[in-house]
Amino acid sequence: MSDNELNLQQPLRIRRGFRLQWEPVQNGHVLLYPEGMIQLNDSAAHILKLVDGQRSIEQIISELQTQFPDVSGLDEDVLTFMGVAHAQFWLEYC
Amino acid sequence: MHSSGLNTANPVSATQSPPLWLLAELTYRCPLQCPYCSNPVDFAKSGEELTTAQWIEVFRQARELGAAQLGFSGGEPLVRQDLAELVKAARDLGYYTNLITSGIGLTEKRIAELSEAGLDHIQISFQAADEEVNNMLAGSKKAFAQKLAMAKAVKAAGYPMVLNFVTHRHNIDRMDRIIELCIELDADFVELATCQFYGWAELNRAALLPTREQLERAEKVTQQWREKLAAENHPCKLIFVTPDYYEERPKACMNGWGSLFLDITPDGTALPCHSARQLPIQFPNVKEHSIQHIWQESFGFNKFRGFDWMPEPCRSCDEKEKDFGGCRCQAFMLTGDASNTDPVCSKSEHHDKILAAREQAEHAPLGVEQMVYRNEKMSNIIIKG
Repeated sequence: MSDNELNLQQPLRIRRGFRLQWEPVQNGHVLLYPEGMIQLNDSAAHILKLVDGQRSIEQIISELQTQFPDVSGLDEDVLTFMGVAHAQFWLEYC
Repeated sequence: MHSSGLNTANPVSATQSPPLWLLAELTYRCPLQCPYCSNPVDFAKSGEELTTAQWIEVFRQARELGAAQLGFSGGEPLVRQDLAELVKAARDLGYYTNLITSGIGLTEKRIAELSEAGLDHIQISFQAADEEVNNMLAGSKKAFAQKLAMAKAVKAAGYPMVLNFVTHRHNIDRMDRIIELCIELDADFVELATCQFYGWAELNRAALLPTREQLERAEKVTQQWREKLAAENHPCKLIFVTPDYYEERPKACMNGWGSLFLDITPDGTALPCHSARQLPIQFPNVKEHSIQHIWQESFGFNKFRGFDWMPEPCRSCDEKEKDFGGCRCQAFMLTGDASNTDPVCSKSEHHDKILAAREQAEHAPLGVEQMVYRNEKMSNIIIKG
């Protein structure tokens, strides 16, 4: 890992040791990691559910645009979230 | 939050936050003798350990209430031969499973078994970055070499790894080497936790509390390493825990009493934190009560919830929702009354106790050879005391 730039074409996955999970009691998705937990809002959960080790960021954006055709500026939202997730080391490129 | 913690007949289930963090202290048995162990000093009089089936039932009930993180701790949890079975049951229930270990008793075979069972993460604790100091503090000649080997094996098995160093006046000046070792071992997270004074650490405080200067230097070194790692875009995260003895305001202990943390001790006694057993409060046991009753209705877990129990200066303090008046155990240990303001707070009338401890660290500390090592024999002596 040598730079902070997002690569839009390379497939990525959730970092080893991190787990996305639905929590019924909290009525929401969480990202679990060693001794910690991040409570995710709906849009973050929608994005992370598509991070599967196969899709690239470009493919995730296009998938979400198909799912939510009426939402404008979706690509910006995904890029912003991915920037944060990548900087926090929640994700890794395959 | 409900208005009064004292009315146990008042059902609070609708508003009570879930016990997100479940700590399973599987056993008080441990091959090491660290003089800052957080276990109670009278652990030798603890009752029989819960069985495999009893533990799994605890996990099931707590999960239903919303527990998501499960820590397997002790003592040394690897002493329990049913550990892999417990991990598998917990993982199947949907927990994120953490093994908090000294690394003693770990083997490559055991790592493979735990991995098969679905264990999510392993945290290994070190006593120091130097073999000699580490082994002296651990009370074991082979501890350091074993820890190094196991840290490498944990990474080789693909686990995320947290390395934990409890720091104190006898190892904190080696912070640079401690961090360097963690990076060499490829740790994902490093906890640099300055000793907190509970259990055996409270007993040995005069030999453990660093000076303010030592602490400031260690923080500075840690900050330099953080900058270096950030510049390299290195994923390792350094977590520095300062001792509250050098603060002017208390820590928000456990994020508030009975707010998210549930500790089950080896004999099934349920506590709102590791050290609450010493308080003059009858805490419930999982052999007699459901987790739901314990968490939502029991006297012990409601005792310091909310704000109505607070005396002055906490009651009218505009920071009470931030720190909840600090730590109840520390208030009890230092003032004799668990309802008092944590003496760490400069508004506490007992703050002089903290100032005296700082003064002692500067001028009359005890040496490493004067510490009481944590073992069963010593615990029995303390009980008879």
